[in-house]
Amino acid sequence: MSENDKYRIKQLSIFSENRPNRLGAVAKVLKEGRINILGFSIAEGAGYGVIRVLVDKPEIAKDLLIKDGFVVKFTEVLAIQMQDTPGGLFDLTDQMKDINIEYGYGYRNPPYAVLIVRVEDIEQGIRSLLAGGLKLLDNVTFH
Amino acid sequence: MSYWNPVEVMPVPELKALQLKQLKMLVYKLYTFSPFYRQKMKEAGVTPEDIQELDDVRKLPFMTKKDLRDGYPDKLFLASPREVVRYHASSGTTGKPTIVGYTQSDIDGWSESVARGLVSAGVGTDDVLQVCYTYGLFSGGLGLHYGAEKVGAAVVPASTGNTERQIDLVRDLNVTVIAATPSYLLHMGEVAERMGVDIRKDTKLRLGILGAEPWSERMRDRIYEHLGIKAIDIYGTSELSGPLWCECAEQDGIHVWGDLTLVEVLDPNTGEPVPPGQRGELVVTMLQKEALPIVRYRTGDITTLYEEVCACGRTHPRIGRIQGRVDDMIIVRGINVFPSQVEHSLMQNPEVGNEFQIVVDRKGALDSMLVKVELRPEAFGDRLFELDAIKDRLTHKLRDALNVGVNVEIVEPGSLPRFEGKAKRVVDKRVY
Repeated sequence: MSENDKYRIKQLSIFSENRPNRLGAVAKVLKEGRINILGFSIAEGAGYGVIRVLVDKPEIAKDLLIKDGFVVKFTEVLAIQMQDTPGGLFDLTDQMKDINIEYGYGYRNPPYAVLIVRVEDIEQGIRSLLAGGLKLLDNVTFH
Repeated sequence: MSYWNPVEVMPVPELKALQLKQLKMLVYKLYTFSPFYRQKMKEAGVTPEDIQELDDVRKLPFMTKKDLRDGYPDKLFLASPREVVRYHASSGTTGKPTIVGYTQSDIDGWSESVARGLVSAGVGTDDVLQVCYTYGLFSGGLGLHYGAEKVGAAVVPASTGNTERQIDLVRDLNVTVIAATPSYLLHMGEVAERMGVDIRKDTKLRLGILGAEPWSERMRDRIYEHLGIKAIDIYGTSELSGPLWCECAEQDGIHVWGDLTLVEVLDPNTGEPVPPGQRGELVVTMLQKEALPIVRYRTGDITTLYEEVCACGRTHPRIGRIQGRVDDMIIVRGINVFPSQVEHSLMQNPEVGNEFQIVVDRKGALDSMLVKVELRPEAFGDRLFELDAIKDRLTHKLRDALNVGVNVEIVEPGSLPRFEGKAKRVVDKRVY
């Protein structure tokens, strides 16, 4: 256990084939499980997609989705706090030059904004982001 | 090497000369004595003098299931009723059954064929062979029975049904060889387990002579792993007599006795031979059958032909495991595609499941083929490029195997239709 482990956030990655209203089916399961969605993105592949979701109760959400026939994996991501002002993202990128980001998505959470990223090497990512003076959100903020 | 009949190791040129001699005699006999065959040969413009070499068999007209059905019950018989000593009948799924008559010589030739196969698989006088094929109009039970008796094995004619009693017999009579459908053998394994009988420890079963339904290499492995039984593939249909040919102990193709049978493997569309090792329809000429002669009978079964001498030393041609039916074949951009080829290619990929669906469509003048496969949950890991790589790998594999352009779609597990019994793998959306 590293003290940096608290910055590892459990994201649900859901495989979705190209079929009408798969998103609706995911959302329905989460609704019925009274699970709140905190962040969300859809990535489109060749005939299929991956739905990535941050939720308040990831373990329960995963079980419910699997029970409903979905293919679900946990993926560890990082949540970087940004200024909710013009230039907020730019200020981050300067500190992230050396980190290999696989994908990312953002959301606004006043008074600040959040950038979710999956990085290639999460331990090294956490260390260099912290060393660069960035603020990472603790996973208790989510779960 | 031990064999039943020295003819099994006859040098290939001699075997071919023997086949030609027998083919000539057969054609002469049919042309002279069989109104049905004479009519067919006249329509095809062929006479006995046209048969000068083995390849001339291709001049002869084909025979189909329909001919046999139309000939009900005995219009195609060459033997007189006095000479017939037995009848079998195939189940008629579309109405009338097909009746097959046997002279004493037919029964002898049939038993000889099975006996050779059993010996090649390692069955002998010390063995106790339980026949779990149905006895009766179906030719499976009696076919195995006569062949096994001929080699001097003790036969347990258990037929089908009452699985618990079957297992008691296997244990109490020290049965070493079992002849059954592969699915029934696996079922026996399950029932034995419930009865507290360990097939490996509590019985002497070592060999299974399995056929009468499609099965796979994977089932062979499963039978060996679960039950410790070496599984031998056997082939035959009632039209040809019944169960006729099986693999030898090498388990590398089914030996077809060339002195009794001439086999061809043909492109089902063109009727031309496919290159060695390629899939095609099994077409059979029975060289010595008397009561119901069979010439170039289109079995509808898809297989491959191997002419090389087997590692066991037997020189007769071999056919591969039956890989499906001609009816299942689809033609995409002029290329014959069998669902079994798709199944085989997919089987070697742990990322996807066993279910698949083939969707054929036509865009403009061009056919397109899409293969849908289900992702295995363990293969999913959040990254799109990993999914793309799986898809690319499968696409290339299928293209290599089928020689035709294929697109692959990866779908969620459980989303493809499941089938009880025969699976309908192909959705053909083309409008003709």
